[in-house]
Amino acid sequence: MSAITELALQAAPAGPARGYWATVGRRVVRDKVSIACAVILLAIFLSALLAPWLGLADPYHGSMIRRLKPIGTTNYPLGTDELGRDMLARLIYGGRLSLLIGILPVILAFMIGTSLGLIAGYVGGKVNTAIMRTIDVFYAFPSVLLAIAISGALGAGITNSIVSLTVVFMPQITRVAESVTTGVRNMDFVEAARASGADAFTIMRVHMLGNVLGPIFVYATGLISVSMILAAGLSFLGLGTKPPEPEWGLMLNTLRTAIYVNPWVAALPGAMIFAVSICFNLLSDGMRSAMDIRN
Amino acid sequence: MSEIIEPIDKLEPIEDIGGVAQPLLRVDGLTKHFPVRGAWFGAAKTVRAVDDVSFSIAKGETVGIVGESGCGKSTTARLLMHLMPRNAGDIIYDGRQVGRELSLRELRRGMQMVFQDSYASLNPRLTIEESIAFGPKVHGMADAASRHLARELLGKVGLRPENFANRYPHEISGGQRQRVNIARALALSPRLVILDEAVSALDKSVEAQVLNLLVDLKREFGLTYLFISHDLNVVRYISDRVLVMYLGEVVELGPVDSVWDQPAHPYTQALLAAMPSSDPDNRTQVPPISGDPPNPIDPPAGCRFHTRCPFAEPLCGGATPKLTELDGLGHQAACYMAIPGSGHSRAPAARDLHSEAPALS
Amino acid sequence: MSNLVEVNNLNIRFTGERTVHAVNNLSLTLGEGEVLGLLGESGSGKSVTLRALMRLLPKKRTQISGTVRVLGRDVLALDDDALSAFRGQTVSMIFQEPALALDPVYTIGRQIAETVMRHEGKSQHDATARALEMLEVVRIPSAKRRLDAYPHEMSGGMRQRAMIALALACKPKILLADEPTTALDATVQIQILLLLRELQREFGMSVIFVTHDIGVAIEICDRVAVMYAGQIIEQGSLREIVRTPLHPYAKGLLASTVHGAKRGARLETIPGTPPSLDQAPSACSFAPRCAFAQPRCTAALPPDVQVGPNRSARCILVDPATAGA
Repeated sequence: MSAITELALQAAPAGPARGYWATVGRRVVRDKVSIACAVILLAIFLSALLAPWLGLADPYHGSMIRRLKPIGTTNYPLGTDELGRDMLARLIYGGRLSLLIGILPVILAFMIGTSLGLIAGYVGGKVNTAIMRTIDVFYAFPSVLLAIAISGALGAGITNSIVSLTVVFMPQITRVAESVTTGVRNMDFVEAARASGADAFTIMRVHMLGNVLGPIFVYATGLISVSMILAAGLSFLGLGTKPPEPEWGLMLNTLRTAIYVNPWVAALPGAMIFAVSICFNLLSDGMRSAMDIRN
Repeated sequence: MSEIIEPIDKLEPIEDIGGVAQPLLRVDGLTKHFPVRGAWFGAAKTVRAVDDVSFSIAKGETVGIVGESGCGKSTTARLLMHLMPRNAGDIIYDGRQVGRELSLRELRRGMQMVFQDSYASLNPRLTIEESIAFGPKVHGMADAASRHLARELLGKVGLRPENFANRYPHEISGGQRQRVNIARALALSPRLVILDEAVSALDKSVEAQVLNLLVDLKREFGLTYLFISHDLNVVRYISDRVLVMYLGEVVELGPVDSVWDQPAHPYTQALLAAMPSSDPDNRTQVPPISGDPPNPIDPPAGCRFHTRCPFAEPLCGGATPKLTELDGLGHQAACYMAIPGSGHSRAPAARDLHSEAPALS
Repeated sequence: MSNLVEVNNLNIRFTGERTVHAVNNLSLTLGEGEVLGLLGESGSGKSVTLRALMRLLPKKRTQISGTVRVLGRDVLALDDDALSAFRGQTVSMIFQEPALALDPVYTIGRQIAETVMRHEGKSQHDATARALEMLEVVRIPSAKRRLDAYPHEMSGGMRQRAMIALALACKPKILLADEPTTALDATVQIQILLLLRELQREFGMSVIFVTHDIGVAIEICDRVAVMYAGQIIEQGSLREIVRTPLHPYAKGLLASTVHGAKRGARLETIPGTPPSLDQAPSACSFAPRCAFAQPRCTAALPPDVQVGPNRSARCILVDPATAGA
């Protein structure tokens, strides 16, 4: 003991201790584009969630005499659709289904894909080969075709389109998760954890998960925009939601005929899809650069 | 972890079994070959990373391993830690064969390792305290107790726990990180610590600090070190005995002073001569050997050094020379020039200087 | 004028998320046929200084002030065309990692020949002949065959030789070496050092050699400048620096070497860690770690005390009267 105490204790680094995620958070907050996107997304989310309490018109109630009113009509700030229903109400209510079938598949795929990728990457060997080659089979099909094929086989419906989109995104996330895991697995701190006698599950939980989740999460966020578009596409083709449900893809389809009469109103659902997907994309980019912290 | 139900507050140190006379670690015939795929349709090749390596480490001793890249010193460390499977060889810890009388889990309590890259060997998402406390928790220690232990160890390695415990690895310097790694290795109260190039990446002035710390800790905890490095000065400073490795084989071993003062193997001689001079008026004039160390894929037959050796004779390309005792004090070399009556023109005559050295059959 | 390189009051600041005052008020000269060692630990600013001489620092994030004159020309004012002629022909650089400095998709011979063609306007045939000559100069065995080798087909030592061949292909006046032997094995390092020493004499080049290893500096340098926290804290001839260091940091650095230390005896260390450099130094940067620090050390920047011809130290304790002791 005496020999050690003679050694002057080392001075601490300056500044408060800050964890990785706190640093990432600070960097994201400083990025104006990311913040703007987050605010827009939050607004869309909240309005969709709180739609019944916003005092909107009934999105299902139409009237033949006020069909296809232009944007700016009194009482119908965003006009009406081909059945005379209030567009504002339908767009906000539509967000509920559109966001659900756009985001839920990515969340499900994220959970399944991360688990599979983590196992494949950490265990390696034959397990890796088995998982990754199976994944490759899915990869062989273009994602749009695969989504349509699965949805078509399962039949139209919200649940089925969520299932089909999950199947479409799961392989992509698995592949990313596997490559990130393989990279982390070869780091010395994982070796050190093994050398301390920890079992594979503990190592994956304590040491791997925290290091692989970030990049996979960023990738998955980027997928949401694709998912939104694919979900809208499925509805557009009649494989997703059924009329008269408000859903952006479906609305785009039914308003298609009105494109010459009232193009601005017809474009509104498309604009929503565009806005949400670009916001998710920019947010994902912002997070990616915020997470890229070099020592 | 399922077999441990009650969290404990203290890890009992691994008990000493065989007494002082029994080596803490005995390694016998350790071998690791990596298959590498040849070119398309080419024959499969083998990297003989570690080939029939045997040595022992006495209790309380520091054994150094020196050699250049590709000589197998780091692979040896990972094999001893059971971080990769081996092709052959026995690892015997305090008289108990690992895998039979001693479980892997127990071995990991008794043997720990510090890696070269101080940054890569700490989880960037965990605080320093969490990193150190991880091992004890795996072995059933309660959370609070393990954190307490982590803070205590931080103090032992010269880092003020109140300032460092909640830091993340990227916030502290390389030397401080390596101290944390040492604390992490000590958290399981091991008796043997493998230091794999543990000071090589540090600046010289920090290296000296960490070496002093290692010496102090060894005394305080009664540790045994296996010290792997390419830096001959550092190895000489810290080791009692040393192994010189070349292309996966031990070419010379013995007490560090006799190896340094009377190197018997021409490779050891070359390594020592290759050290930069410390005297501006006495610079190195001729490189001791030319060329690079050969690729460990399919190394040369016979003595692996014969392709670069200035004294090579036809017999060196034949059978591999065995490690042979030189002075009866544990200095051994695997070179025909050191083996009496081997047939090499520079070899001593059989049974000449060393009467106690057994003649080669 | 015999000085090939004259650096005066060089300040380099990296901006961005964090400001780093990497080099502070640095002045140095390099004479004809001289080998100057920049000795320092990581973060001391030695590599940054070297890169500034070739303007290799990222433009956007770097603020440079001061003057850098090479062969009388103001390097900081060179335009892009002049700069690319300057690099390779007047000044050339070798790096720690040849694997990163050499282009993996071209053969060694092609890379050397390209450089010669670009800088000297030689024909393909002549340039290839020069490439072969250069590989022989750096003693690459069976040089003719190696012309067609890709960098990944060579061992570490051979790659380093190839990089030296590439750097010297246009016979530069000045060679900048950034820890070229650090990544090499001991038996290879000494070969490369001796080769560089020999080529320096043969080509009559001036060399600035950046290293953290005193042993390496001893093997190759004529003069040494010791760097700490972005400043040269002491310079002088190799012998003077090794035998009688004046600055407490230089003394500590030389004392903390393990070479020749007795086993079990405590090594001399420099306590503490280097400063963070997020502010320009306004006092002696070493004072917080210095055993001889006095109140006036932290009051103002210590002067660069001229102790003798070509010998100076940045410490108030250094007395010019004891020069040359």
